[in-house]
Amino acid sequence: MLTLSFMRHAFVASTFIAIICGIIGVFVVARNLSFLTHTLSEIGFAGGAFAVFAGWPALNGMILFTMLSSVIVGQMSIKESRREAVISAVSALFIGLGILFLSLSSQSASSATSILFGSVVGISLNEVWQLVYLSILVLIILLLMYRRLKFDSFDSIGAQVSGINQTVISVIFLLLLALSVSVAAQIVGSLLIFILLTLPAASAKYFTHGVARMIILAILFSLLGTWLGLFLGYLTDWPVSFFIAVIEVIIYTTALLYSKFIESN
Amino acid sequence: MAVVSVDDLTIAYGNHTVIDHLSFSINEGDFLVVVGENGVGKTTLVRSMLGFLKPKSGTITIPQSTRLGYVPQFRNIDEEYPLSIRDFVALNTKPRLLPWLTKSERNRVERMIRENNLTKIAERPLGLASGGEKQRAYLAQALLPNPNLLILDESTASLDNEMKYELLDLVTRFQQNGLSVMFITHDWDLAKQYGTRFLYLSPGSYSTGPINELPSPVKGDKK
Repeated sequence: MLTLSFMRHAFVASTFIAIICGIIGVFVVARNLSFLTHTLSEIGFAGGAFAVFAGWPALNGMILFTMLSSVIVGQMSIKESRREAVISAVSALFIGLGILFLSLSSQSASSATSILFGSVVGISLNEVWQLVYLSILVLIILLLMYRRLKFDSFDSIGAQVSGINQTVISVIFLLLLALSVSVAAQIVGSLLIFILLTLPAASAKYFTHGVARMIILAILFSLLGTWLGLFLGYLTDWPVSFFIAVIEVIIYTTALLYSKFIESN
Repeated sequence: MAVVSVDDLTIAYGNHTVIDHLSFSINEGDFLVVVGENGVGKTTLVRSMLGFLKPKSGTITIPQSTRLGYVPQFRNIDEEYPLSIRDFVALNTKPRLLPWLTKSERNRVERMIRENNLTKIAERPLGLASGGEKQRAYLAQALLPNPNLLILDESTASLDNEMKYELLDLVTRFQQNGLSVMFITHDWDLAKQYGTRFLYLSPGSYSTGPINELPSPVKGDKK
């Protein structure tokens, strides 16, 4: 299987995506941003559609749209009570735009499919490198802000008291999230992106109670899903995203059952 | 020496004056209890001392040598909260660029865990801890950067009697080692038992002095 260059590319790409999603995901779950992540994936679709329309690589359009909108959503929904409504409004607008750009561009059907459902086995070497660079950038920024981000995500009241600049942390994190959504869309597609950014981390928190350990476990769960998904996709010729989705849901369900079992004992 | 001096402080929300020309100070080693009925501005006072609220007039002087620790009244910790008590306490390390804890930081965390009687439950998720254990974890986290003034905002409000005494005994032990304490409470009995000085806020006026001069609660003040 790995003698095929497109499969090698797919494995390298999915490994980096799994690592980034595992790390970012732990903070997405801690900061209750699962819904926003879902919305960003739709916005990513609109950005991808815009890129197709403008003749750009899809990833560039996705990065542009998701970054812009994540900051807008972040600023408009500082009050938590308002957040869901704001996210719904922004999401509706961007899905509409996505449909518009697709209808304006000539190559709509196949492009839309690859943006929505991912096209990991069609990834070129250049795209793999682009993905690697972006992943390293995200990792370095995360490393530099790790302590502040951790405090703000897991105890925002304590972080406020300790004098951490929460607005700066929040904006940088939203930008990193936007970048990760765009990057991860290459493999699972816009529709299912939130799977890798939420489920592995949401599962990890039932097995361990330290942030570093949660991150490691979330990365392992993402890797398991993406690697096994690619392998099964290769064997059966069914969509890779389907397998990744099913595997991550199985892991999450197992995590929930495990926590119930622990509680009852 | 004063660790905080408040001088002629007035705080208002729009036209509504909450704190009116208030002056008091907290000295090294004081256990100041702040009592008064709901809505009289106790939490507003704390928020302004922490710099979250701008006073209308007057000054709050916090010398550079004062390091503030604060245990807030509310915290969003539900049953699903995943961090262990040890990891929760360790969140309040200095925001350095190094992602992992240094040896001395780890030692400091362990010391706080030990001194707040959390050793046996340090690995338990905070979300599953009892009310008293949670308060001790909040206390340990606030004390981690070694503050010399600790503000406790209604920390005993949701605890049963035994846990209240356990928590305040612990705080008193730190106070006897030089920590100044500002304890906001509704509970007159606790105030009398643990405080060395009081600040009594009532609508439009206030009084302060040694604890034996604390006036009896009037109607509206909870006993």
